[in-house]
Amino acid sequence: MVAVPSKVAAAGQPKAAVKDLNFFYGSFQALKALGMPVYEKKVTALIGPSGCGKSTFLRCFNRMHDLYPGNRYEGEIRLYPDDVNILAHTVDPIEVRMRISMVFQKPNPFPKSIYENVAYGLRVRGESRRVTLNEKVEEALRNAALWDEVRDRLQEPAFNLSGGQQQRLCIARALATDPEMLLFDEPTSALDPIATASIEELIHDLKNKVTILIVTHNMQQAARVSDYTAYMYLGELIEYGVTDEIFIKPKKKQTEDYITGRFG
Amino acid sequence: MAVSQRLVEIRRLIAAHKRWDAIFGVVGVLALMLGVLTFAALFIDMAIDGVPRLTGDFFTNFPSRRPAQAGILSAWVGSTLVMLVTAFFAVPLGVAAGVYLEEYAAKNWVTDIIEINITNLAGVPSIVYGLLALGLFVYQFGFGQSILSAGLTLALLILPVVIVATREAIRSIPQGIREGAYALGATQWQMCKDHIIPYSMPGILTGVIIGMARAIGETAPIITIGALTFIAFLPPAPVQAEPPFVSFDWVMSPFTVMPIQMFNWTSRPEAAFHQNAAAAGFVLVLMTLGMNAVAIWLRYRLRKKIKW
Repeated sequence: MVAVPSKVAAAGQPKAAVKDLNFFYGSFQALKALGMPVYEKKVTALIGPSGCGKSTFLRCFNRMHDLYPGNRYEGEIRLYPDDVNILAHTVDPIEVRMRISMVFQKPNPFPKSIYENVAYGLRVRGESRRVTLNEKVEEALRNAALWDEVRDRLQEPAFNLSGGQQQRLCIARALATDPEMLLFDEPTSALDPIATASIEELIHDLKNKVTILIVTHNMQQAARVSDYTAYMYLGELIEYGVTDEIFIKPKKKQTEDYITGRFG
Repeated sequence: MAVSQRLVEIRRLIAAHKRWDAIFGVVGVLALMLGVLTFAALFIDMAIDGVPRLTGDFFTNFPSRRPAQAGILSAWVGSTLVMLVTAFFAVPLGVAAGVYLEEYAAKNWVTDIIEINITNLAGVPSIVYGLLALGLFVYQFGFGQSILSAGLTLALLILPVVIVATREAIRSIPQGIREGAYALGATQWQMCKDHIIPYSMPGILTGVIIGMARAIGETAPIITIGALTFIAFLPPAPVQAEPPFVSFDWVMSPFTVMPIQMFNWTSRPEAAFHQNAAAAGFVLVLMTLGMNAVAIWLRYRLRKKIKW
């Protein structure tokens, strides 16, 4: 189990700031006037019942919604230190995705070798020098706590790995390009408890290197891994704060009902 | 006794229902046998007539007025070269069109109309393609009655098959793979070139070979564009002794193909030529079966590596 510091320094640098964010799937408004900071090199958890918009919110951060027609953003997500609104029409979504990586709910390795999976982000950026690739692949696999398990079989298909290993491979793939921020969309919902524990431990270690935003429907997980927690319901941000405070003495009755299991 | 009476009733019902099971089983076997046995009878009859003619000479001789000396050299070489040209044009065009429709094109009424048209094109009688090709390739483009014209005609004919196979294969790729690639900063083209096209290759290849197996037996459009029925020379060799070593003169050469050779022999009065036709038909069926076997093998080989 991961120890959470009881008092997180509130004076952390914000890596991103969400300002009055609305999001629409066609005419359906999925996110309503969201506003919160995301602190640098901290873990921020998004919790809430199914359909509350937490995944939708997460996917705004790497402009995943741009892949599908009819989606529309309003408002801002400002990314620091550049102070760029990554939702602006003038900002290329590919630029955003090159800065902010994502790990998905279901492990989605490519049907390629373990090595090529991790190297893909670098190849997309035009890197083809063998030495650099080898170095970065090893570093990413080490950071994803997978190196020792796969060092002798980098050329084997990624599908030969177990579910938990596949998810750590996807984390390595996301880390290989030195992202400024890492998005996790319920990364352990398809995994068994042991694999889940290893991923949680990994997230705890990773926050020294990268800012993490994680969606989870598992409240214990949010309590274990995160420094800050946002509780969402029906597309609205009900409460945001330091994780300990949200879980020990939430300000809102709604939040309390959810985290104590009386609702949701 | 109420319970056992209920049981008797249930058993009677089951027996009545199972009678239909048995009846359908018999009908099904009959339906299947009708198809399989008809093909087997045709194939065996052809084999009995033709196999004695299958000597080495049969494959290395040109057609002749004397049935015993006549062979299928120009026909099988012609068929092979036409198939090469067909594949050369149909595969890139079909794959590009399929990838565009699935990955790039917006889903609106224009693409719906294009989709309906592609499905309809697959059903257009092949002789209509022949007429189109006669006007377009033979006269308008001036390709003449050449291997190139025939290859292009058959490429048009199988293009819908290749496009449909490509789209089917692409649709079976999970959305998670696309999102995974995009999330790493890939552009649409990087995603297609590194993921969509390689992963859909087994399906595409299967579609291509099934299309080619259809094309190799096509007669009507090839006759329409004016292929020769009697040809006693081979197209110029693609490889030469002097630089630049490779020659593409063969694409403009006159030619014949297997089904035309068969058609020619069956229209002769002498029974000996009919044996030649049976032998050529036997070879043509084997070529088709061979291509289908390759398709099955490729699908098996490549699918083993990719599982979702």
